[in-house]
This record gives sequence, structure tokens and C-alpha cells, in this order.
Amino acid sequence: MTSTSNASSAERADADGDTPVADNLGAVLATGEPPNAPSAWSASVTFAWRAMLKIKHVPEQLFDVTAFPVIMTLMFTYLFGGALAGSPEEYLQYLLPGVLVMSVAMITMYTGVGLNADIQKGVFDRFRTLPIWRPSALVGAVIGDVCRYSLASVVIIVLGLALGYRPGGGVLGVLAGVGLLLVFSFAFSWIWTLLGLLLRSERSVMGVSAMVLFPLSFLSNVFVDPRTMPSWLQGFVDVNPIAHLVAAVRGALSGQWDGSATLWMFVSAGIILAIFGPLTMRRYNRK
Amino acid sequence: MSSAPAIETSGLVKVFGATRAVDGIDLTVPEAAVYGILGPNGAGKTTFVRMLATLLRPDGGHGTVFGRDIVGDAALVRRQVSLTGQYASIDEDLTGTENLVLLGRLLGHGKTAARRRAGELLDAFGLTAAADRQVKHYSGGMRRRIDIAASIISTPRLLFLDEPTTGLDPRSRNQVWDIVRVIVAQGTTVLLTTQYLDEADHLAGRIAVIDHGTVIAEGTPGELKSSVGAGSVRVRLRRAEQRAQAERVLAAELGTEVHFDADPVALTARIAGGESGRGAAEHASRALARLAQDGITVDDFSLGQPSLDEVFLALTDRKENRA
Repeated sequence: MTSTSNASSAERADADGDTPVADNLGAVLATGEPPNAPSAWSASVTFAWRAMLKIKHVPEQLFDVTAFPVIMTLMFTYLFGGALAGSPEEYLQYLLPGVLVMSVAMITMYTGVGLNADIQKGVFDRFRTLPIWRPSALVGAVIGDVCRYSLASVVIIVLGLALGYRPGGGVLGVLAGVGLLLVFSFAFSWIWTLLGLLLRSERSVMGVSAMVLFPLSFLSNVFVDPRTMPSWLQGFVDVNPIAHLVAAVRGALSGQWDGSATLWMFVSAGIILAIFGPLTMRRYNRK
Repeated sequence: MSSAPAIETSGLVKVFGATRAVDGIDLTVPEAAVYGILGPNGAGKTTFVRMLATLLRPDGGHGTVFGRDIVGDAALVRRQVSLTGQYASIDEDLTGTENLVLLGRLLGHGKTAARRRAGELLDAFGLTAAADRQVKHYSGGMRRRIDIAASIISTPRLLFLDEPTTGLDPRSRNQVWDIVRVIVAQGTTVLLTTQYLDEADHLAGRIAVIDHGTVIAEGTPGELKSSVGAGSVRVRLRRAEQRAQAERVLAAELGTEVHFDADPVALTARIAGGESGRGAAEHASRALARLAQDGITVDDFSLGQPSLDEVFLALTDRKENRA
């Protein structure tokens, strides 16, 4: 609900002498043919711009892509470093790519949460009556989120460098690693868009997402080498798409390219997108 | 294609769980006028509009907009319509300008054209001073205006206005009415839903009254009124102490109920329908003559058609309120 202060400031604005004049109105109505509908790409980019505007007006929503990754990196480096690798600095060389993937994977769930909140509002009714490529509203939102993921990646890598992480792959390796991560996250986000449309409240989207994400990110090679795990668990890690992603990103950052993990990462990203993209759209069209 | 009516539906049905929100609506809306859909909360107005705007898929029957099927040709329908929802269909986090530029871009305008269009509309709707403020800080009337502005970035052939004045103060409501009149004068068809009879009466050329998902009456405002009764006469006396006497005279002469108004010298009597073949004015003048004969001084009188409120209550509560 709007507070009284909002209402009164709005009334003051109304009293600015700012009243509509019907005569002007007739002149301003568009005549002639409306322009052609925008292309799918142009509509998607416009929706991505909308996501950027929202960040501009509500910068607090960047908290999850800045503070959260910092906490994750510091916490796990100093918690496990001594025990697992002798020292936090040693461990950081192994952990950083993992914690990078884990943080961004965790952040992807806000895509679903945000969409769930957004779509409850009337503005989506308007979007859905526009003559545009229908998925563009969602594609644009996800592109906007990919920008958020990039910011999180930058935060983690800068912090890692400050703590003593030295990527063997150099600048190119880092760029390639982040690129892989963003490609995968784009595909991965569509799981959450579907959840965002299926579930009723933001809270339930959050709950279900966390339930999926925790096992996926912990039961992987993020923190430790899977060879130390029991064989049944290794079996799970072998098919866990997050594990392929971590291996691919770790390879790129360290300069020791892991071809098969990279290939599997692309395959799993493709499969996720092919399943959850159409399911999301089906749901979106029906709502 | 131009010969097709703006909207044509037959047997349109939408079911939510056990509720038949829209239960077989047949309606034809001619082009280039305001058509009013009148009904109480929960009558199915919004559901009906959402189906026509291609936001909901009907569970039965079919509908066309300018001859295009709302299910099969949804994409073509979307090119011709625009919707202003019951809840503001604009992004509250963005500013007025940003909202209009965003929608202008989505309608296919280039960057510069979208900005120019946004400026023009904000100016015409008296929102220039608030252009760079987030819409969540707008007053109710300003919100409605930006919402309607967003609907006419490209002039639609058919504009859905779902309860456009609900919750507005009278001044803002009048502004919205003025805007609607200008839009219609330019040839756009407007489908207006409202719970206010007064609003339908002012704006709409034809009205459908909806209750429980079905159309219970349809026609011009005049037709609907005359279907209920001839009207009423309101009398203002010189002296309040004569009111009881005046009541008896009017009741005897007109044979209908007489109400005391809040004003202590005023009273209103209904005039029965024309079975006797006399017009309402004739009934009223006879009654006034009787008052004069009995020495009751009448300072002022007025003859009214039944308000749409009376029509509406008569149509919807026919069974319940006639105990």
C-alpha cells in the first residue's frame, strides 16, 4: 500500500497545474499505420533494458550478486582451507572456480523468484497483448539476469585475486571460464523461470529452488576431488551438470582445458534449455 | 473485413474450478462507439475482457475481434487491441517516460521515435511534471492516465478499459471520461467495463448488464431504463410540516411508493409504467395539481427517468428483493 507521504506528494504533483487538455489529446492520437512489430531479438533486448532500469531504480537487488559471493568465497576458503589443503591460500587455487560456479548457480534461482513477483503484476497483461514474439519478455529478463551473473563473477574473481588466487590461464582463461559459466547459467535459468510460473508465491519458489540447488552444488567437485567420495556418490557427480561446469570452468581458468567436461557442459546446457525453455513458454502462454 | 463488428461472441464460457465465471455470453459490439459492460464485482466482466484480449483461452463457445478468431488468430487480434487492466498495467518501478518508451519500443518504434512519442503523450495527459518520477509515486488519477496513455501509443482499433475509474475521485474520473470521449471520436471502439451505472450512462451508446457470467439485459441506456419503469417525480415543498400530507396525496394519486428524501422538505414518488396509456409527465402534472388543490405549496419539482442504479438493482435482485 502506498504510504500517506506518497499520496500527499502525488497530490501535490497533481496540483502543479498539470492537468490534461482534451484538445491536445485529439492531436496526439497517432494516425496512419503503426510501425511493424519489432523482431524477436529487438523485443528481447528491450526487455533486457527493462531489467537494467529496474536495477537502476532498485539497486538493493544487487545485494545478492555482490555480498553473497563475497561471503561464500571468504567462508569456504577459511573454513576448509586449512583442513583440506594445508592452508587457505593453497585451497583457494582449487576452490575459487568451484565457488564461482556455485555462487552464480545459486543466484540463478532469483530469476524464478523475480519472475514470480513480476508476473503477478498487471504489466504482464499488457506485455502479453502486444504483437511481439511472446518468449521475448522472459528471454529479456534472463538476459538481464546474465548481466547480474557477470557482476557476481567479477566480484568473486577480484576478491580471489586479492586473496592470492592466480589463474594459470591468464586473462583469456578467465574470460573463457566466465563465458562458459554465463552460457550455462543462461540455460540453467529456464528451470527457475518454469518454477516461477508454476508456483504460487515467491517463498515457495525460493524453497523448491534451494532444495534442488543444494544437492546439485554440494554433491559435486566444487569443494573436494570426487575421487575421495564413495563410488555411488561419484556416480552422481559424474552425471551432475554442475560438476561438468565446474570442471570446464576450472580447466579454463587454470589454462588446462578440459575438453570432455566442456563438451558435456554444452550438452547439458542444451538439454536443459530444450526441455525447460518450451515448458516455460507453454506455461506462460496459458497463464 | 471492415464490415465485421468490433466484437462478436457466441456462447463464450470460462470455468475456474467449480465456478463458471463466464457462462455463455453472446454479444455483438458495433465498431466505433463505447460499449459498456455493467455488472457487480465477480460478475465475470474481467474474465470476459481477458478472453477477448487473448489473455485467457475460452473453455467453450467462440469469439472474434474484427472478424479474427480470438484463439486461432490471436496474433492478429493482438495487433488491433490494447488493454488497460483493472490493476494498472504499467511497471510501477519505472518512471512514466520509461514505461512509455519501453512500450513504444515493443510496438516497433525506433529509439528516437519512442522517446518523442512518450514526450507527446505525457504532455497531452498532463504528466510532464511527473515524467521522471517512478509510477509508484503517482496518484490514482495519474496512474490511470499513464495507463491509458500507454494503451494509445499506437492507436488501437479496439481498446479495452477494465474499470478505468474504480477508486478515483470525481475530478480524476471526469478527466478519464474526457479522454475516453476523445479516443472514441477518433474512431476507436472502446469496450468499457464498470460497476458504475452513472459511468455507463455517460459514456456508452449500448450497455450489456452481466451477472453471474451471463448477460441479463442489453440495449441502449434509454431502452434499459424504460424496461424497468417510467421514472419518478421529485417534489420540494415550502414547509416541512406539510410533508406527511403530501405523501398521502401523492400515494393516492400515483398509487406507488413515496420516499422521504434526506432534505426535510423533499419527497420522491415513483411513477408506474404506462398501463393506463398516459405518459410519465401527464401522471406527474395531475399529481402536482392535486397537491395545489389541497393547499400544499410546491416550490420546485423535477421529473426523472429511473437511474441506471434502479435498473440495475431491478434486474439483478428481481427475486431476492421482492418480499
